[in-house]
Amino acid sequence: MKIHEYQAKKILDKFGVQIPRGDVTDNPCQAREIAGKVGPKVVLKAQVHAGGRGKGGGIRLANSPQEAEKVAREMIGMTLVTHQTGPEGKLVKKILVEEALDIARELYLGIVIDRAREAAVVMASPQGGVEIEKVAAETPELIFKEYINPGTGFLSFQSRNLAFKLGLEGETLKQGVRFITSLYKTFEATDASLAEINPLLVTKQGKVLALDAKMNFDDNALARHPEIQEMRDLNEESPLEVEASKYNLNYIKLDGNVGCMVNGAGLAMATMDIIMHSGGMPANFLDVGGGVSEEAVKNAFKILVSDKDVKAALINIFGGIVRCDLVASGIVKAAKEIGLKVPMVVRLEGTNVDLGKKILSESGLSFYTAETMKEAAEKVVPLAKKR
Amino acid sequence: MSIIIDEKTRVVIQGITGGEGTFHTQKMQEYGTKVVAGVTPGKGGTIHLGIPVFNTVADAVEKEGANASAIFVPAFAAADAIMEAAASGIRCTVCITEGIPTFDMLKVKSFLKGKDCQLIGPNTPGIISPGKCKIGIMPGHIHKPGSIGIISRSGTLTYEAVDQVTKLGYGQSTAVGIGGDPIVGLKFVELLKLFNEDKGTEAVILIGEIGGTAEEEAAEYISKEFTKPVVSFIAGQTAPPGRRMGHAGAIIAGGKGTAKEKMEALEKAGAFVVKSPAEIGSKVKEALAKQRKK
Repeated sequence: MKIHEYQAKKILDKFGVQIPRGDVTDNPCQAREIAGKVGPKVVLKAQVHAGGRGKGGGIRLANSPQEAEKVAREMIGMTLVTHQTGPEGKLVKKILVEEALDIARELYLGIVIDRAREAAVVMASPQGGVEIEKVAAETPELIFKEYINPGTGFLSFQSRNLAFKLGLEGETLKQGVRFITSLYKTFEATDASLAEINPLLVTKQGKVLALDAKMNFDDNALARHPEIQEMRDLNEESPLEVEASKYNLNYIKLDGNVGCMVNGAGLAMATMDIIMHSGGMPANFLDVGGGVSEEAVKNAFKILVSDKDVKAALINIFGGIVRCDLVASGIVKAAKEIGLKVPMVVRLEGTNVDLGKKILSESGLSFYTAETMKEAAEKVVPLAKKR
Repeated sequence: MSIIIDEKTRVVIQGITGGEGTFHTQKMQEYGTKVVAGVTPGKGGTIHLGIPVFNTVADAVEKEGANASAIFVPAFAAADAIMEAAASGIRCTVCITEGIPTFDMLKVKSFLKGKDCQLIGPNTPGIISPGKCKIGIMPGHIHKPGSIGIISRSGTLTYEAVDQVTKLGYGQSTAVGIGGDPIVGLKFVELLKLFNEDKGTEAVILIGEIGGTAEEEAAEYISKEFTKPVVSFIAGQTAPPGRRMGHAGAIIAGGKGTAKEKMEALEKAGAFVVKSPAEIGSKVKEALAKQRKK
């Protein structure tokens, strides 16, 4: 799960990670009040789930509380387009108003789970303010790493190692060590999957602060962090994805026009792939679960037909423990209730497949059927193109 | 022949009295798996599905000689269940449970180091050596004893591959789902090593997907040491970056873990990489024909 910068900073603050003074608001008058308290010079930052905000006009400076109000008025309600939002952009509902700081150095600090090493890894780089992928590609020798032993946790010397590599000295070094240690503590305590401070700021006064903060969380651990669960912002997700999540369906909206409904995530991805190899493009990823309950099929049907981009759909079910005749009955029931608004190709395979096919053909509904995945994909793609 | 499990494997079911545990225990019994014990803390001394239930895995090992376990307990308790099995002398643990937090799995993997216990999963359909033993939730009847080894990160997509292979007249030595999570027990390389040594395995199907580097590690091993033909399909060629595709582990992060990178690595290593999932079976036939000519 992703959260906003201001939410990440609130969490970090609780764990003693130094952040700039400021507050979040959706109101220009309040922006002036905040600037009055923490300014007079402030930075106003659009709160959307996307990087590259600065270039799109999503991060602006104001020299006085009056100016802050004026800038806030322009920013709140604007549609921000960055390289990560897509051309449609994102609506700015809230802005973070923070004290403007005198920048001496911009560093990088990030924590992720390294899957190959099976450990959390803390990464630091003196090259802050640019994307870490770019640093990794161009100057990998400037990224320093410490892997965390899950038994012992993050050790003091590891934090010192990184702080020295960042070139910190004296009082700033102490602050840096504390910062890195607290950031890791936050990461572990919240079951984060990413904590990224870019840039990590050293001010001219020698203070170490998180100028920006990005945190993502392990969806599997959200149940033990209700306070983080509450930070989910539905405005940042596509409406159909929000709808699907209510039914516990794995659904992701894509750019194509061939809808698909599949049981199992791997088979669902493979179905998307075979649609592409047959000359079409998938409109979505949709996994109804290995077990294919009647309820899941019905809800998935609703999501599929309410996507205006879907011109034809492919239902691909491998019935294993679940019998194909039960799956077929579920599909027929859902189609009768919700309506077959687009041509649908159904491919069933597995236990009782013949009985399943019979139920489909005797349903009185005009399903197209296919024996194999390949045949199904080759049937559905031209159907989508025709419309 | 087969790897990891065979007709001598004695299975204990952790979470046997729950809904999923009960249902799949019955299916495993029907398949012929020797389910010798169940564990549900607090229900020790009772009998469920004709199987003695114990309070601890240690009791099941001591009293019934269990040497493998299947875990059907809820996600919050599953990491503990894996470690209990490993600490009690179980040699192979299959964790079906989906949704275990990543940090819990990091601790599990650290705990397992140096212990003689192979973990399969979590978030896996399990492992089957057709005709001998099935530990998991896969449909047993689509499998057939034979000489093709299968390793996969997926469930139903594996069944699809099994079905294609079976329909072409081939069977499987052992089929293993390694699990769809970012941190899992046995990975491709460890299983390839076992298949390499297994005289009953002639060729291996490796089904990967986006996310992580397990396929790249497999490619490196294949190019260096693996002696049998490998047919591979990687799911998620059309998956967008930064999105979790159903499985917790199926995500392209920071531009890394794409299907393209994995397919190129495997191709370079000499594997037969198919672009379409419909071609897995036919490619196995082709690979075997080439191998037998040699």
